[in-house]
Amino acid sequence: MRIMGLKGIVLAAGLALAGLGQAVAAPAAPPAAPAVAAAPAKADPMLAMDGAPAMLPVAGIGMPVDGKVTIQPQVTPNGRRALWFHDVILFPLITIICVFVLLLLAWVVVRYRRAAQPVATKTSHNTILEVLWTGLPVLILLGIALPSIGLLNAQYKPAPDNAVTLKAIGNQWYWSYQYPDNGGFEITANMLKEPKEVGKGERARTDADGPRLLATDNRVVLPYGVPIRLITTSNDVIHSWAIPAFWIKLDAVPGRLNETSFTIEKPGVYFGVCSELCGARHGYMPITVEAVSPAVFAQWVKAKGGTMPTGKPAAAIAAAQPLPETGAAFEAGNSTAPVDNATEQAPTVTQGATANPAGAGNAGQ
Amino acid sequence: MTDTALHPSAFEAHGDHGHGHAHHDADHKPAFFARWFMSTNHKDIGTLYLLFAICAGIIGGGISGLMRAELSQPGIQYLNYWAAWLPGGEQGLDHSLHLWNVLITAHGLIMVFFMVMPAMIGGFGNWFVPIMIGAPDMAFPRMNNISFWLLIPSFTLLLASPFFGGAGTGWTVYAPLSTYGEPGPSVDMAILSLHLAGASSILGAINFITTIFNMRAPGMTLHKMPLFVWSVLVTAFLLLLSLPVLAAAITMLLTDRNFGTTFFDPAGGGDPILYQHLFWFFGHPEVYIMILPGFGIVSHVISTFSKKPIFGYLGMAYAMVAIGVVGFVVWAHHMFTTGLSVNTKMYFTAATMVIAVPTGIKIFSWIATMWGGSLTFKTPMLWAIGFIFMFTVGGVTGVVLANGGIDDYMQDSYYVVAHFHYVLSLGAVFSLFAGFYYWFPKMSGRMYNEALGQVHFYIFFIGVNMLFFPMHFLGLQNMQRRVPDYTDALQYWNHFATIGYMVMAFSMIFFFVNIIWSLFAGKPAGDSPWGEGATTLEWTLSSPPPYHQFETLPVIDGGDGHH
Repeated sequence: MRIMGLKGIVLAAGLALAGLGQAVAAPAAPPAAPAVAAAPAKADPMLAMDGAPAMLPVAGIGMPVDGKVTIQPQVTPNGRRALWFHDVILFPLITIICVFVLLLLAWVVVRYRRAAQPVATKTSHNTILEVLWTGLPVLILLGIALPSIGLLNAQYKPAPDNAVTLKAIGNQWYWSYQYPDNGGFEITANMLKEPKEVGKGERARTDADGPRLLATDNRVVLPYGVPIRLITTSNDVIHSWAIPAFWIKLDAVPGRLNETSFTIEKPGVYFGVCSELCGARHGYMPITVEAVSPAVFAQWVKAKGGTMPTGKPAAAIAAAQPLPETGAAFEAGNSTAPVDNATEQAPTVTQGATANPAGAGNAGQ
Repeated sequence: MTDTALHPSAFEAHGDHGHGHAHHDADHKPAFFARWFMSTNHKDIGTLYLLFAICAGIIGGGISGLMRAELSQPGIQYLNYWAAWLPGGEQGLDHSLHLWNVLITAHGLIMVFFMVMPAMIGGFGNWFVPIMIGAPDMAFPRMNNISFWLLIPSFTLLLASPFFGGAGTGWTVYAPLSTYGEPGPSVDMAILSLHLAGASSILGAINFITTIFNMRAPGMTLHKMPLFVWSVLVTAFLLLLSLPVLAAAITMLLTDRNFGTTFFDPAGGGDPILYQHLFWFFGHPEVYIMILPGFGIVSHVISTFSKKPIFGYLGMAYAMVAIGVVGFVVWAHHMFTTGLSVNTKMYFTAATMVIAVPTGIKIFSWIATMWGGSLTFKTPMLWAIGFIFMFTVGGVTGVVLANGGIDDYMQDSYYVVAHFHYVLSLGAVFSLFAGFYYWFPKMSGRMYNEALGQVHFYIFFIGVNMLFFPMHFLGLQNMQRRVPDYTDALQYWNHFATIGYMVMAFSMIFFFVNIIWSLFAGKPAGDSPWGEGATTLEWTLSSPPPYHQFETLPVIDGGDGHH
């Protein structure tokens, strides 16, 4: 029943956030830490002088293009592999099958119309033909199954030990993120509203942030060239974390940790959307990933009050980052045993605490 | 025997004939109320089902029109106005967005449970299964009646639910969105609606299985049964085995919602994914329930207008059995992104692809049936040929989606929407229209207007392809399902699809004008308007058939009982 109470807190926080239409300020960790206090939003290396993001999205990369009919360009090895499988094997194959059936139909319609064939034959069996059109599809499907199984194997290869762990937590209707290997700091990503939709002084979307309905106030910053371990879960209903350019879509299920991994190969800004119906604002909880060099990533982590795992003992990290006890314990468990589908007993106490600085987190103790 | 079974004493009080008629001629009909509200006649119940399905189709299709109107431009255009009409009036953006979810949920549920299933199984199944096997009626005529009348409160509950807040859970009713995510009575109403529709279908399935196994005319062996009867038999087994699982799952939803159980709530040891397994254990056979009778209809139409017996009859029959069996063991391909283990995903990838084999057998057998035939292109034949191609397109995208690794990109995108509309909106619906035009002369006794029917087909064909084909592109560019608004770069194909909807809707004018005109002023059809190609038993009867057919059972000879 504890989860229900927490859920209420989180929901209330979510509503408050949504009402503001603006992010919780960039340093998301509790303000007690001196390092964080000294790092206001301006020092955020991901923000240029005017408050706009430093990295600009590139049209056609990591986002849809009007009128286009193909899969988005892929920037992960598994994405490229899957794209190849689709574009080189599946798509030509299904096109050939459709054209083949269409030609057969056209031939039959023209050749055996009543004017050309006044009297019908009575053929109703042809064993060889029937064996052929059973056997050939089996062979074709075997041909598809082999690369398909190979792709699945590649997608399920666990991330190596040095991977950067990103924990994405679905909420109605925004995403929050934790970096358990980097001190466990947390950021919250709300969709940026249009200028005409926000109140005075609130941050509105600009083109530097990204397209309408896809841009978020805080981006998920990840290093490129480094394996990423993605863990998803949810605080309320089922959501789904998806970035098409990574060929990644993983449901965020309450009470579960789902895990997958990917390696981003190119710097850039990549957009995705929640891909499981989660209530009224299902279409308004986008995902924005900014892939930067590992050095910039380290800088960003520091600015957020996090730490880079340089062999420091866990105690040091915990000291530098005063988290609520349960949260710290939870993160520790998280990074040591991220088993696929492991059951999680108390999702994200930190989430509630972060969204309500000082208030809710302390009130519980 | 039929007289006592079919003439309940209830109607005799207000029947239009005197007492003392121990026996009536075959065309004697009870008075209006007794005939249509207390019916035990399979043809009358079939007609009721068809009328019901047409009404539901108009509502469900109208809802999709609202959806396409909203989606024709990025941004929220109309939802706020529509939301203001509902109780409570305008309550801000979230209320409007919830209305969107109510619309998509209603569209899905109506089309699946109140349009396609009643038309296919309740309508054509009731009308023609007894006739095709040479039986006077269904095995349990009164159960047949309750099957139909259960749908009325079921549909009423669903249609009333938007006025109590609205169920915005999607037709899949996933927990926890449907448990603690949606308070208020409307989701309970939708769940109860599904219970009733499910009970209706289970009763219907029992009736069909009993009828087909026990009431075939002498000489009508299983391997001589027309393929439509085969398709309904397989469908009935799918219904009987899958619907109880749905009933269990949504009952657990009800108790989770109202009585504090935690079947699907992780806080109490439950699992939201369990609901998905239960739902799709029903849900996947359900998609074959919707398409298998269509396979049967198309087989008859193709054979009739090719003037040839169906090619590879046994292969066709057992392909349907195979589809039914394999259809039970592929459900988790709807759940590829929920965090299945790699082995599970591999198994469901492979099993799903297997279904392509019997489906391919059917496609090629239909073409082989036409091969060497003498083809005429009456309206039913046009729909059937359209069906073959459209179903092929929908089928091959199914093979793409079957790959668990590929599905990580496609899942919950418009590619999936395109896929299942190609197999249902262009597959099942095309076969429904084929069956409707094919049997309209038999059911009504009057011919439809051929020109109007063909115009309907061509415009509808163009419209639905404009409507659904661009959805593949939207899915590949990764537009997610179930959203009323989308980023501006998805505008082009969305707008295009909305135009396609309008073309499709325009074609429906021809359909309705045609049936209304033909019912009153169509040419008399005669017993067998389609000539020598139509070999099943319904064409040996008058049009419309007598109120009670086969009072003396027909005897099927050893020759071409089937085609």
